Amino acid sequence: MDMLMEYVWAFLIGGLLCAIGQVLIDLTKLTPARILTSYVVAGVVLGGLGWYQPIVDLAGGGATVPLTGFGHLLAKGVRKAVDMNGFIGIFMGGFTSAAVGISAAIFFGLVAALIFKSGSKINEA
Amino acid sequence: MNISNQEYGKLAKRHSHPSAMYKTIPLAFVIGGGICVLGEALLNMYQAFGLDPDESGMWTSMTLIFLSAMFTGLKLYDRIAQHAGAGTLVPITGFANSVVSPALDFKSEGYVLGLGAKMFVIAGPVIVYGISASIVYGVIYYITTLF
Amino acid sequence: MAICEGKTFKFGNASISEWASVVGKVEGEGPHGDEFDEVLEDNKDNMDTWEQAEAQLQKKALQHAMDKAKLCPEKMDLIFAGDLLNQCTGSSYGLKEFYIPFLGVYGACSTFAECLLLSACMVNAGYVDNCSAVTSSHFSSAERQFRFPLNYGGVRTPTSQWTATAAGAAILNSALKPPYIRAGTVGKIQDMGITDLNNMGAAMAGAAYDTISRHFKHMGTHPESYDVIVTGDLGQVGSDMLYELFQRDGVSLKEHHQDCGLLIYDRERQDVHAGGSGCGCSASMMCAHFLDRVKSGELKRILYVATGALMSPTMVQQGGSIPGIAHAVEISYT
Repeated sequence: MDMLMEYVWAFLIGGLLCAIGQVLIDLTKLTPARILTSYVVAGVVLGGLGWYQPIVDLAGGGATVPLTGFGHLLAKGVRKAVDMNGFIGIFMGGFTSAAVGISAAIFFGLVAALIFKSGSKINEA
Repeated sequence: MNISNQEYGKLAKRHSHPSAMYKTIPLAFVIGGGICVLGEALLNMYQAFGLDPDESGMWTSMTLIFLSAMFTGLKLYDRIAQHAGAGTLVPITGFANSVVSPALDFKSEGYVLGLGAKMFVIAGPVIVYGISASIVYGVIYYITTLF
Repeated sequence: MAICEGKTFKFGNASISEWASVVGKVEGEGPHGDEFDEVLEDNKDNMDTWEQAEAQLQKKALQHAMDKAKLCPEKMDLIFAGDLLNQCTGSSYGLKEFYIPFLGVYGACSTFAECLLLSACMVNAGYVDNCSAVTSSHFSSAERQFRFPLNYGGVRTPTSQWTATAAGAAILNSALKPPYIRAGTVGKIQDMGITDLNNMGAAMAGAAYDTISRHFKHMGTHPESYDVIVTGDLGQVGSDMLYELFQRDGVSLKEHHQDCGLLIYDRERQDVHAGGSGCGCSASMMCAHFLDRVKSGELKRILYVATGALMSPTMVQQGGSIPGIAHAVEISYT
């Protein structure tokens, strides 16, 4: 039962974060790139204030998969690096915690670009 | 023209129908939520393999980014996104799509100045402002540790 | 200050002798799919890049038109051509192999009317015998230049328009057979302060209203004088705005109006939001649908008003607005 609730919360919180993004798209002139950027920055702020961790504890993937989770991860990384390395940790933490995400995106992006051709299914349909 | 730009702007607004929010928002919710449930399942799976929560998180991100790159390459991601809207934009898969799609598209302008240079044309700001925000937070946090 | 009224040019002997259109797959599956001269099976048309594919579209359209007119490139005196891409890439690269004197034209989606107008001037003045007007647009090359990478999952808003993968070519001479180009009005740049990149219809409706009104005034005509007034690609939003702008003057346009952006796709079935756009959209619809009907006399007199959004992505990013323009060409059976 606990296992099931975990997934329900992941679905609800993750869905909610996406729905908020959709409201922003529909009601404001925010472009997708601006929404991504605001989500990450919002994640850093909420993570820094310590308000995001409870959401992660509740929703797991529902909080870590959306880009606010990426921001939260950056804040967490910086905090950890400052604790371990002092001042220089300020400049270490962000990239250290984001390393897997960014490296994976770059590498898989490169591989995908080498394998596939550009084009849109929508255009061909 | 016998109409002022203000009046014309109002006219334009009246005739520009907004998105069908009763459709877009539930779709974003369901598809976005679905991707998060997939993330949760991956997290549990990696933890079941004996990885600690932090490592599982990294493996999950990597897996989702891999899947997103594959769907982008197969020309399916943008197709799903037409219906999902923010549901495929907000999750980490949307970030990956914004890196992979320009790489694919600008390959025609060469591997260095096309693919390489244009890869972060959309996702660049996410990293610039994300990292900068983390540094600002780091400075504040560092100051608090001094006392 | 008196506002410049401009002039409506009248032509005595400029007729469109042949025309042809080439469209992409989606357009070929649209309601007028069987009227085009060629429908591509693959939008890349065996080229390496989308830009090359667009150049190929123009090349094919002109070749089809010359074949129909039984003309070789040596008999052609001049081409006016344009497209949406920077440096008029589609035209310059697509038409280079013909070795025909070439003048590149940019008028965004209004380019085909602009090219027809210029061609009619040259033919009517007797400077040239055979003059061609060619324009194209390609969904993928336009998307790359103006919006996002093709596989990016960005969201389209309901007011956005779909750039048609299409090209049209018309050959003008002074042969005395219909369809004739009888008159033309050059549009003025109308900046109505619209800043939304995804609402081109709104940016262009004001320009269409201005040009059509001036054309009516100079010619002493009204909507009933024409079998149909064909606008380029205002889409749903722009068309609705145009009706309302005319309604303010007590003129009812709707019954006499058709819009190429709304005709080229089936909006129920094809997910193109507010309709089609691009300089190939109205060019291909004119060359596939309307000119044939004027030639046969089914349509006696039509007013073709191609509308363009003179949008600069740089200016819009700097906070600028999107100026619109529209050129009118009156095409007649007699």
